[in-house]
Amino acid sequence: MTEPGRISRRPPSDGAGLTDPAPTNYEVVIGLEVHAQLSTKSKMFCGCTTKFGAPPNAQTCPVCQGMPGVLPVINRRAVEFGIRTALAFNCRVNPSCRFARKHYYYPDMPKNYQISQYEEPLAEDGFLEIEAEGGSRNIGIQRLHLEEDVGKLLHEGTLETAQSSLVDFNRSGVPLMETVSRPELHSPEEAATYLKAFRAVLIFLEVCDGNMEEGSLRCDANISLRPRGRTELGTKVEIKNLNSFRNVQRALEFEVRRQAQALDAGERIVQETRLWEADRGYTRSMRSKEFAHDYRYFPEPDLVPLRLDRAWVDEIRAALPELPRARRQRFVSQYGVPAYDAEVLTQSRALADYYEASVQALGSAAAGNRADRPKTVSNWIMSELLAALPGDDELAIQRSPITPRHLAGLLRLIEDGTISGKIAKDVFQRMLASGDDAAAIVGREGLTQVADEAALSQIIVTVMAANPRAIDDYKRGKKEAKGALVGQVMKATGGKANPALVNRLLEDKLSKT
Amino acid sequence: MMHRPIHELTDAYRRGDLTPTAAAESYLARIAALDQQVGAYLTVVRDDALAAAGESERRWRAGTPLGPLDGAPLALKDVLCTRGVRTTCGSKILEKFVPPYDATVVERLRAAGAVVLGKTNLDEFAMGSSTEHSAFHPTRNPWDLTRVPGGSSGGSSAAVAGGLAAGAFGTDTGGSIRQPAAFCGVVGMKPTYGRVSRYGVIALASSLDQVGPFAQDVEDTALLLAAIAGHDRRDSTSIAAPVPDYMAELPKGVEGLTLGLPDEYFIDGMDPEIERAVREAIEVLRGLGARIERVSLPTTRHALAAYYIILPAEASSNLARYDGVKYGLRVAGRDLIDMESRTRAAGFGAEVKRRIMLGTYALSAGYYDAYYGKAQSVRTLVRREFAAAFAKVDLIVAPTTPNVAFRHGEKEDPLSMYLNDVFTIPGNLSGIPGVSVPCGFSGAGLPIGLQILGRPLDEARVLRAAYAYEKTTAWRTRQPELV
Repeated sequence: MTEPGRISRRPPSDGAGLTDPAPTNYEVVIGLEVHAQLSTKSKMFCGCTTKFGAPPNAQTCPVCQGMPGVLPVINRRAVEFGIRTALAFNCRVNPSCRFARKHYYYPDMPKNYQISQYEEPLAEDGFLEIEAEGGSRNIGIQRLHLEEDVGKLLHEGTLETAQSSLVDFNRSGVPLMETVSRPELHSPEEAATYLKAFRAVLIFLEVCDGNMEEGSLRCDANISLRPRGRTELGTKVEIKNLNSFRNVQRALEFEVRRQAQALDAGERIVQETRLWEADRGYTRSMRSKEFAHDYRYFPEPDLVPLRLDRAWVDEIRAALPELPRARRQRFVSQYGVPAYDAEVLTQSRALADYYEASVQALGSAAAGNRADRPKTVSNWIMSELLAALPGDDELAIQRSPITPRHLAGLLRLIEDGTISGKIAKDVFQRMLASGDDAAAIVGREGLTQVADEAALSQIIVTVMAANPRAIDDYKRGKKEAKGALVGQVMKATGGKANPALVNRLLEDKLSKT
Repeated sequence: MMHRPIHELTDAYRRGDLTPTAAAESYLARIAALDQQVGAYLTVVRDDALAAAGESERRWRAGTPLGPLDGAPLALKDVLCTRGVRTTCGSKILEKFVPPYDATVVERLRAAGAVVLGKTNLDEFAMGSSTEHSAFHPTRNPWDLTRVPGGSSGGSSAAVAGGLAAGAFGTDTGGSIRQPAAFCGVVGMKPTYGRVSRYGVIALASSLDQVGPFAQDVEDTALLLAAIAGHDRRDSTSIAAPVPDYMAELPKGVEGLTLGLPDEYFIDGMDPEIERAVREAIEVLRGLGARIERVSLPTTRHALAAYYIILPAEASSNLARYDGVKYGLRVAGRDLIDMESRTRAAGFGAEVKRRIMLGTYALSAGYYDAYYGKAQSVRTLVRREFAAAFAKVDLIVAPTTPNVAFRHGEKEDPLSMYLNDVFTIPGNLSGIPGVSVPCGFSGAGLPIGLQILGRPLDEARVLRAAYAYEKTTAWRTRQPELV
């Protein structure tokens, strides 16, 4: 319910440099407000595109520039995304909701009011299940509503000191979904866990790209402390500018210490908004309650109440995808992968889909299904694919030059002994670069393992003749000398020799000399 | 040629007796000669008008006119955004604002072949009932240049009354079409809220504003309304209901219709000349076969108070965007806040500032329920009362205004100005359609208006009654003399 990122620069007045360990005599109470930019093609109330990165003001029209006489029209897709998210969070979708005007003056907001929702939000009373200390817990979600984003100011230094400031309205009117949790998180780690789980759900639902650095997902936190055992809440402080999981946790950890120290010293906590300075590692006061805005909300008269057809909501519910948590549990039970793997593989729907498609392609391709295949696929995705792709988001996965079928093809070549695991990593890189399948690359580059005993024996004889010293060492009991000989053989075959075969043949020959 | 209604002009175009270019030229010449006295226009678009008239002329010659408004010389209140033509809203803050878009209404008029002569004067941001409070100049009543034409659409009513446009458009938020129509002796109609798109209409109070026509007679009113009525997907509050054929409805008469006379609109102390003229008009309608029945609308006395909460509240919000950042006036300042303060201090007139302050206060935390909330409750009651009355009667007839056109500077006190809209405001609060049609003159020769209100979306019946009345009377034949 607070506007995203209003920042006034003032030197820190208090709280800097607190590094004591977290106190244990207080109970921490945290609630998170998350703003998510919806991945609709057009803006919340006009037809302008929402694409990121266009030249300033290239993606604007009279409506999102707040020109006189223009009117908003609700983006049906944004409402659909809101409903989809609300259902995933087990919320009650209200049969009728309303938009309201929220007033404050800021030059990046063209109408000097934001069209938001206030008394009648899209959805209320849901929860998100998270893995917390001592098992899983439901964190209540108080409300979910839709609103429009503001533009961006461009200036050197701060708004107060800059000689001039330019306004870019490209982001003005981009659909935002605000979700307010209940104050049911009890540690900074839990808050970060909640946010991660929250983000994963949005990504699975394909309603938000979840990119915190680009500001697609923004978080504000409310935090208060109370002596353990008390039931009434302490005075809360709102913290803004939390643009990564790490910052959420660090800022809250700092704030826990700051508030605990103040309470220990018998001071009163001031109800205020504080800004997290990530570079310096502290929060500082931004405005106190007395200077809080009076937003003068009233129902947006340019829009009629939004009535949500039951059948439409049911249709959206029926089309909900399997959510991250359920999928994670299924990966463990169905594929037998460790919980950690399941967690990584379900960070995005695209990645989870990729994994399952790869396992299926591998499973159905060869006879004699092997039980460790799902784990092998997981290893390759986690250690090779994710390291090679620019990210684990939908786009990165979808644009992967290596398709699940190609990955399965590569793993099959390892299984049937055509290539070694070592060569496979090399083939993998070539697949990334070319987009070709593994068999084609192996054939073209002649990377097939040399498994011809006669040919290998010949090479081994040559290598042994060239390394009499190693043979002597071996005979005197330095068994590691054999490794050097294997290495020479592998080198001579360009790495294509079947290592097991080389070992066997070499031992055979050494025992005879 | 002046004071000929549009349907006569287009008849003449069809016969070839007159061309749209000749008509446009005559109006432009008359504006050039006489508008200095009246002050109806803020901007005259001579070249655009002649270009549009030329195109219209080609269509009439080819026998392919776009419809009954092709070549009609019209004026637009300067709240209707016109692409490439400055749209000031009567305010310094938008003095140089040139919209890059046409209002839907303007788009539809252009598509119908209308010739826009220019943009007419108004009380700044449509806040007023006299058109004295334009930031540029006052408009005078063609019947008596010492008197006001009404407002806020006084430029449009004066243009039509003075023969400076064949027809015009205005907006009616609390009576701003009907009251100036009454003061200037022309027909003015406020359609049902939602009947006409508000897209591109600079907002005063979003839940009350509605665009409507000024015309020399009821037939033209029907033609002009037909051209702009109907759903617009760019305005979510516009109603997706079919638009009836108003012209076909006009001749159906009032026989068998029941007309309601609200007790609260005939009050002690009202102007006796107005009461007499309106009661005579009602007798004319009775004579035409209408049944007359008394109705009661007791919440009328609270309507003005509720209106003066809701309007300033919405206006304070709608006018927040004029801050010097994006368009319009900018007065340099020490910093951002100073620039915005200076811009708004210099750009807005006294009445606008008064209403912004009233509205800001009414929406403030802690006062919202007592003011805005309560006013909305009154609004609901007003709406219910009209609905109950319309269960018994087909139309409601009443005076449009409590008095005739007053002198410039006569109503200095804002409250006495507000009281001028006491008979028109309930129609805006309830959203129903209403027309003001001339029904006589005062002893001093000033026009008097009869107001006819109808059920939501029942413009056809409202126009039908107005048409029947107009056909039986000869008020239209009297015109003001401008020399």
